[in-house]
Amino acid sequence: MSAEPPAGGEGVSSQERPGPLLEATGLTKHFKVGGNLARKTLHAVDDVDLVINPREIVALVGESGSGKSTVARLLARVYMPTRGEIRYRGQSLASMRSRRQSMRYRSDVPMVFQDPFSSLNPAYPVSHGINRGLILHRPELSRPQRRAEAIRVVETVGLRPAAHILDRFPYELSGGQRQRIGFAQALAYRPTVILADEPVSMLDVSIRIGLLNVMADLREQEDVSFLYITHDIASARYVSDRLLVMYAGHIVESGPTEEVLAAPKHPYTQLLLSAVPDPRAGIADGPIDKGEPPRVVDPLPGCRFRRRCPLAIDACSTVSPALRELSPGHSAACHVAR
Amino acid sequence: MPDAPILQVTDLSVEYAAERQDVRAVDSVSLWVGKGEFVGVVGESGCGKSTLLFAIAQLLSPPASIVAGSVSFNGQNLVTMTEKQLNVLRWRDYSVVMQSAMNALNPVISIGAQFRDALQAHGRFSAADIADRSGEVLALVGIDRVHLKSYPHQLSGGMRQRAMIAMALLFTPDLVIMDEPTSALDVVAQRSLMGQIRELQRTLGFAVLFVTHDMSLVSHYSDQLLVMYAGQVVEIGLTRTVFDTPAHPYSRGLLDAFPSVRGERRRLTGIPGSPPSLGRPPSGCRFHERCPVAEAECTTEQPELYPVGEVASRCLLNRPPAVKG
Ligand SMILES: Nc1ncnc2c1ncn2[C@@H]1O[C@H](COP(=O)(O)OP(=O)(O)OP(=O)(O)O)[C@@H](O)[C@H]1O
Ligand SMILES: Nc1ncnc2c1ncn2[C@@H]1O[C@H](COP(=O)(O)OP(=O)(O)OP(=O)(O)O)[C@@H](O)[C@H]1O
Ligand SMILES: [Mg+2]
Ligand SMILES: [Mg+2]
Repeated sequence: MSAEPPAGGEGVSSQERPGPLLEATGLTKHFKVGGNLARKTLHAVDDVDLVINPREIVALVGESGSGKSTVARLLARVYMPTRGEIRYRGQSLASMRSRRQSMRYRSDVPMVFQDPFSSLNPAYPVSHGINRGLILHRPELSRPQRRAEAIRVVETVGLRPAAHILDRFPYELSGGQRQRIGFAQALAYRPTVILADEPVSMLDVSIRIGLLNVMADLREQEDVSFLYITHDIASARYVSDRLLVMYAGHIVESGPTEEVLAAPKHPYTQLLLSAVPDPRAGIADGPIDKGEPPRVVDPLPGCRFRRRCPLAIDACSTVSPALRELSPGHSAACHVAR
Repeated sequence: MPDAPILQVTDLSVEYAAERQDVRAVDSVSLWVGKGEFVGVVGESGCGKSTLLFAIAQLLSPPASIVAGSVSFNGQNLVTMTEKQLNVLRWRDYSVVMQSAMNALNPVISIGAQFRDALQAHGRFSAADIADRSGEVLALVGIDRVHLKSYPHQLSGGMRQRAMIAMALLFTPDLVIMDEPTSALDVVAQRSLMGQIRELQRTLGFAVLFVTHDMSLVSHYSDQLLVMYAGQVVEIGLTRTVFDTPAHPYSRGLLDAFPSVRGERRRLTGIPGSPPSLGRPPSGCRFHERCPVAEAECTTEQPELYPVGEVASRCLLNRPPAVKG
């Protein structure tokens, strides 16, 4: 183990980087909601641009319901976008039509789902899912090699004895154990980008650090990139190079992790960071933000944060702010932020 | 303590029956929750926290069963009650928020209909009352009421979790049992939700027993803290005391393992080794293989819970001298 902080990558400047691995432009996803009468349109994701570079860990944080999982599901091709384009190594996903291409993409860019209770098939033991993935995506492996690989990935996520865990059914595992099986499955594919949706939310702090270190090591040793969705901002700081902040379907701020945390520009980011508690500090019942949820069902133009925003000006209720670069690599979608 | 406890759990043990060997996921756990009190439970993934809550709420299903102990709720032993008797109490007198909302909510019924069913199980309510109450609890957890018409899969992870919490607050129960209630929430929503629950607790006086991995949540909201390791309570006491002066080496490890948003960024390692198998727990102290201060006797001697100031700790190093030798 190195004494270096795990989040590295600062040494590589953006100019030296090869093209992005995964890139989305104008990504939009709307859902119809409200029952059969009163049909309404829910804007889960609106006009999102994002880039994941090789060997990069990008953290995505933001309000619950702001569209983070939807972004990941769009990138994983679980949902088809309402608008916008996604490119993997420069090639548009829409043009990848053959089964071979889809399979290739799925193993290169696997997703770890947020809810491990509904994403594992209860009818089969844990080994089944991992095996099936290996047969599909790494057909060159022999049966004993597959077994060895399954044991390797299960041990990597800290589940021991691996052979014993592989024989169990998902319902025989605790929440945190299931969550790590989801992560292990993604590892088995030898991926280039893992879309990890809250992969550590059910883990205690000690095992959580272990898994974050696994992510950092995979990046260092196997050049794996991550989209790391989390509510644990300290953990985003611990592993990520860049931080994206979502609010009500929009990315409202993006930039190098340390910089965003040290000098947040968007008022929502500021609110979010001010609410991060310090577990070591005493009990402090600070002011509670009783802000009502933002309107994403048939939203009106204007900034979606404005009703909770201490800085709002007139323009905020008429013009939706776009992301603007305020310092190199650091942008915010706010009329007022400088 | 002024009041008799709302919940008194005594020597509760739970086993999962298995072909090879039974797994004792909860081993002789005792705890009590006073009126209006917040009690937090922390511990390693897989150490038996959810099993403990399920056992208390009488929601275990085979192969799991309570093999010993009692759960006294408002003076009645829940363990010996029939399902019919329990149904009278559930939701109304005590409610449960499970670790996976997706598992707990019915996927083919809208949120509003599930709230209606829960309400109607305990009395007659007019459609208007039902709509009012449902909208009210949803607003309390920060969800737009259009989602009464939504199905669980149409909600985000955190919204499902909040919908579950809303459902647990439909009545005004004496005890709310919550398994990782805010693991899918952003910190702003979490703060506001816990603040609201605290407020309700102050006005209505209900008690909360909750499991979490979020150390800041316990540190800010729980009065008493229970630390579990491998199916057993290893430390129990006032949260503040445990945080300031953790007595058990496992509690110390847990409190050292989280990164911070401020200060220097450094590599952390967590507690070395992995949790023991509950089917075959280690001899002596269950933590000895991973313990930085273990001594020879820890490998053979089974520690009990010993009083250390205001807390109790299951560590031989905390054994009072009078009992030694
Ligand atoms: N299949 C669906 N049908 C209808 N609405 C959906 C669907 N999936 C998501 N939504 C809506 O899209 C919005 C964004 O949901 P999403 O799951 O992406 O949020 P999130 O940022 O991941 O939140 P959380 O942090 O709570 O998991 C929510 O308002 C949700 O209700
Ligand atoms: N049906 C089952 N059969 C056998 N063992 C089981 C079964 N269900 C759970 N277990 C085991 O019981 C132990 C306790 O599980 P439990 O779900 O209570 O853990 P937990 O403390 O809630 O963990 P987490 O924090 O990961 O949710 C785990 O080691 C788990 O593998
Ligand atoms: Mg989500
Ligand atoms: Mg659990």
